[in-house]
Amino acid sequence: MRHGKYPFVIGFLFLPVTLYVVFVIAPYAQAFQISMTNWRGLSAPQWVGFDNFRRLFDDDNFWKAVQHHGVLLLALPLITIAIALFFSFLLNVGGKSSGGQRQGVWGSKFYRVVFFFPQVLAVAIIAVLFQMVYRPNESGLINGVLMKLGFDPVLFLVRPNLALWSIIGVLVWQAVGFYVVLFSAGMASIPGEIYEAAEVDGATRVTLFFRVTLPLLWDTLQVAWVYLGIAAFDAFAIVSVLSVDGGGPDGATTVLAMEIYRNAFVYSKYGYASAMGVALFFLTLTFAALTLRLTKRESVEY
Amino acid sequence: MNPQTTLPPTPAALPPKTVKPGAAGGRGGRGRREVRLLANLGHVALAVWAVIVIVPILWTFLASFKNTTEIFSSPWTLPAELRFENYARAWTKANVGRYFLNSVIVVACSTFGTMLLGSMAAYVLARYKFWGNRAIYYLFVSGLAFPVFLALVPLFFVVKNLGLLDTHTGVVLVYIAYSLPFTVFFLAAFFKTLPSSVAEAGMIDGCSHTRLFFQVMMPMAKPGLISVGIFNIIGQWGQYQLPLVLLSNAKDKWVLTQGIADISVNAGYEADWSGLFAALTIAILPMIVVYAIFQRQIQSGLTSGAVK
Repeated sequence: MRHGKYPFVIGFLFLPVTLYVVFVIAPYAQAFQISMTNWRGLSAPQWVGFDNFRRLFDDDNFWKAVQHHGVLLLALPLITIAIALFFSFLLNVGGKSSGGQRQGVWGSKFYRVVFFFPQVLAVAIIAVLFQMVYRPNESGLINGVLMKLGFDPVLFLVRPNLALWSIIGVLVWQAVGFYVVLFSAGMASIPGEIYEAAEVDGATRVTLFFRVTLPLLWDTLQVAWVYLGIAAFDAFAIVSVLSVDGGGPDGATTVLAMEIYRNAFVYSKYGYASAMGVALFFLTLTFAALTLRLTKRESVEY
Repeated sequence: MNPQTTLPPTPAALPPKTVKPGAAGGRGGRGRREVRLLANLGHVALAVWAVIVIVPILWTFLASFKNTTEIFSSPWTLPAELRFENYARAWTKANVGRYFLNSVIVVACSTFGTMLLGSMAAYVLARYKFWGNRAIYYLFVSGLAFPVFLALVPLFFVVKNLGLLDTHTGVVLVYIAYSLPFTVFFLAAFFKTLPSSVAEAGMIDGCSHTRLFFQVMMPMAKPGLISVGIFNIIGQWGQYQLPLVLLSNAKDKWVLTQGIADISVNAGYEADWSGLFAALTIAILPMIVVYAIFQRQIQSGLTSGAVK
């Protein structure tokens, strides 16, 4: 590459870099700055140092949100990965082996297509869909069935100790199919001879799963865990649409993104909202770093 | 396709996570009946999940033809007639038509922009040596590590100061900017894998850098472009928080996600549940059609980001 390289390089990079710096980098940089001010949008911002962060420590809603992220962070990856692993094992190696090739159970293609579909839907749409599914009277799908069978209706989104789990249920409902496909891709690349050798040695399917499939999938599992963890730190669309008055009842389902949105665009506490954003950022970063450290192990070559 | 009942006596398919009493498939558990039982349990689990995925959507379709009485009577009764007026009401009175069109316009423009600018940047960063190359590349990739909510407040004011608040232009530009990190990251890796022999031949023939990119490199990168393109279309179609913040005061510019969320709030006040079901169906049905046609590409496009 010789003549006239620089005009071309600059010409190709100018627009994307400009857009990116103006709309992404600049706001991120400013967020740290604004988080140190008491800016309310009207008068000029005043520098208050770490005051906002001190206030965060006394803010009940902030701690509630952090606690919910803790629950989400444990429950969402664990439940999703467990179900997805089980299904992908069934779909890929759960069937009989013919000529050394492990096969999935009957109908596995259909299941994969159906399971993956929720991933295509927008989260906000799914939230509205489940608002109808969870409705507290005969017009809801679940309670309609329960009441026909003579049970009392379950107030999924109204009972504080049930609301968060109802939301986690929706998140799992959407995510499972994606990870089934992801793990299936990982399992497909495991050579069939390994399974064959294990079978000859008299391994049962349980042993196959825990001694062959799981170790060889470790890298993919790590990726899944990080992805789901990042999802556990967001959940804005689902909480703001599905929960009772945005993170309710009484903050029982609130998440940091919800609190940031509310403080910024309802109360106009821009400085305070930015401080929450910074807290969210450090939480996410800490999680990613910890995950990568803790799950480090020799990946098996095959 | 042979049904599962003809399974040979292979080792038991014990579901790893579900503990069934008496189903502790030990090493000796190779009886034909036990195998069949366990294989069937796996099937039941799969079928149950399929039902859990399908039923809410199917129920929504059915309910979109019902009237209020039918909606409150029982979840599994069929509507007495196909009431298309629910759809008419949702499409015009509740503005679903407007929202749908807005989403199409915004996503068409922003995905096109993302693909064009993203592939240009990725190409230059992947295949040209120049001062500052790595710095710019890492600047883009670092965007993957930041949560959007950190930038939300300043972003609102950046867009406001540019006079782009409550405009589609503003939303499109923001979508493009926030889609660039992943697009550049993915496509740069892709462009690196393409052979340089073709490019060199083109250069010898006196092809300009620009022409080389558009006529040689872009066609060669087609599989990668399709994957990222699908990823971006679905991601931008599903955006909720950005339009919520950037279009809050211009209801006629709203996209489908925020429109449907708003209708669901109003449906409570107006008790127009059938209209809401119809609106939901209008939002979901096209996705089913698109997914049915492109499911293979969509699956690989969405999961490609997760494969190292």
